[in-house]
Amino acid sequence: MNGLCDTWLGSMIIGGGNWLLDGLTLLALGVFGTAPTDSQGPVTWADYNTQVVLIGTSCLGFAAGLVGCFALLRRQALVGDALSHATLPGIAAAFLLAEFFGGDGKRLEWLLLGATCSGILGMWMMMQLERLPRIKPDAAMGIILSVFFGAGIVLVTIVQQTEAGHAAGLESFIYGKAASMLRRDTMMIASMAVAVSVVVGLFFKELKLLCFDEGFALARGYPVSRLNALILALVTVVTVIGLQAVGLILIIALLVIPPSAARFWTNSLGPMCWISAGIGAMSAAAGAIASAWAPDLPSGPMMVMTCSGIFAISLICGPARGVLARLARRRDAAGRRT
Amino acid sequence: MNNGTDFGRQALDRRAVTAPLEIQHLTVSFARKPVLWDVTFVASAGSLIGVVGPNGAGKSTLFKAIMDLIPRQGGEIRVFGDRFTAQRRRVAYVPQRESVDWDFPVTAGEVVTMGLYSEIGWFRRVTREHRRRALAAMERLGIADLANRQISELSGGQQQRTFLARALVQQADLYLLDEPFSAVDAATETIIVEVLRELRDAGKTALVIHHDLQTVPSYFDTVLLLNLRVVAFGKTDEVFQAENLQKTYGGRLTLLDEATEAMRHRRTI
Repeated sequence: MNGLCDTWLGSMIIGGGNWLLDGLTLLALGVFGTAPTDSQGPVTWADYNTQVVLIGTSCLGFAAGLVGCFALLRRQALVGDALSHATLPGIAAAFLLAEFFGGDGKRLEWLLLGATCSGILGMWMMMQLERLPRIKPDAAMGIILSVFFGAGIVLVTIVQQTEAGHAAGLESFIYGKAASMLRRDTMMIASMAVAVSVVVGLFFKELKLLCFDEGFALARGYPVSRLNALILALVTVVTVIGLQAVGLILIIALLVIPPSAARFWTNSLGPMCWISAGIGAMSAAAGAIASAWAPDLPSGPMMVMTCSGIFAISLICGPARGVLARLARRRDAAGRRT
Repeated sequence: MNNGTDFGRQALDRRAVTAPLEIQHLTVSFARKPVLWDVTFVASAGSLIGVVGPNGAGKSTLFKAIMDLIPRQGGEIRVFGDRFTAQRRRVAYVPQRESVDWDFPVTAGEVVTMGLYSEIGWFRRVTREHRRRALAAMERLGIADLANRQISELSGGQQQRTFLARALVQQADLYLLDEPFSAVDAATETIIVEVLRELRDAGKTALVIHHDLQTVPSYFDTVLLLNLRVVAFGKTDEVFQAENLQKTYGGRLTLLDEATEAMRHRRTI
């Protein structure tokens, strides 16, 4: 595990927070079997456990696809990446704290609370850094992302050297392990997904206005900074509940790829939200199934691969702005000219 | 109109007090550098005011100050005799066209409907009646047939008309337009001028940031020459002349020649 962490950390620093690089590294590790994965045998459809995992992951994918639309259009998608990397020290710290006080450090709620706290701390520090005169936003993001992730790896390594920590499986938060989801976890993810969808539905009109024309929203007296904070809060919720199944390195993919794919199918925000949520749900569920069937495949990277597949199809076939639709339109225009 | 002298006078006083926009000694600065310095002017009801000045003269800043979006170091701004925040509903703002992403997944009709969002209120949906009103505003600007088009499919002029329709649908009394004529086609320019004149004739007031000095005399009855300070404010005929423009633009003589030419041309008509 130590050697592995070094590679990740190295790639983080070299890539300056390039999540694609993370993903490829992880995928390679997954394929060659060096990454620790669930060692259960192949699981069937009817299996109760599979159903639990399927419901949980598709709810997660739905919420991520929905929230991702606004994060993407508000150009804050990568904030989600910094946020997710910043959760790792919180997870390890929460575990250590609980063990120190004699509690059960493996409780998911407790670990996710730690993740939320350090994620928000990271985001706050990032905003403070951006305010400094000579620090550009991308530099601030790179610094926070790598520093927090590095600190997280150090803490997780320490945890693994303790007796209780060895079996805690904290490292599964890094690359995701959908198979470890319990019924309780699914219930939590599902209720969070419902809450996120309701909030988006309630504020849909205002979020749309904010994302399209902030200047106009300000002039009309909308609480723009609070609406911004709402989008960040939604991104935080989705990121944190996605840590277990997708992992902190790749959760950004579920926030960015489904809305980007949905954009090829429609020119209107309402349908885009639905399509994006659908793509998110489908790819998360498909990734979970793939990783359950082939026990050496981690679920996070499988979800991302499915997601990218749907993205590629959308890029080519999407009726609103896909490659084929554009070619057809160009041919139409040329035909009319002659 | 006057039934009794007292009542008549009261009404007159009231009108004098509630000028659509009254700015006294406004000073705004960013990082200790003044952007607007001691700006004072009163816009009366039923006037079309061209706001003219070089880049960085503080024109957009003036709009932001009016809408209470930036802190001011001093001075007073009264909108209909009140704080802007209390009269927000009566003010419509048309941002610069370049300020938004025209690739955004939204149709022209939806953009115009956004002008009604604050009237609709939180947690409520856009109804058919709201859409009908949006369509009526688009009709007035000749873009009703584009309501279902995605905004990137519109030409620059059509996008600008969409923005203006979003302001019209608010049925405001004071309009702040940030460069509505920049890079639009001739048809759009004509139609925007027509709509602005209709507004003025209905007793509304519009402040328009404008760059084309040649068209200033024909478009605006009042002009505000701005470069950090108010160089001149008043009727276009009296104020829009070479000396004031020289003060506003400094040594950029080609512009001055153009403006002088425009004024001379106008006098001969």
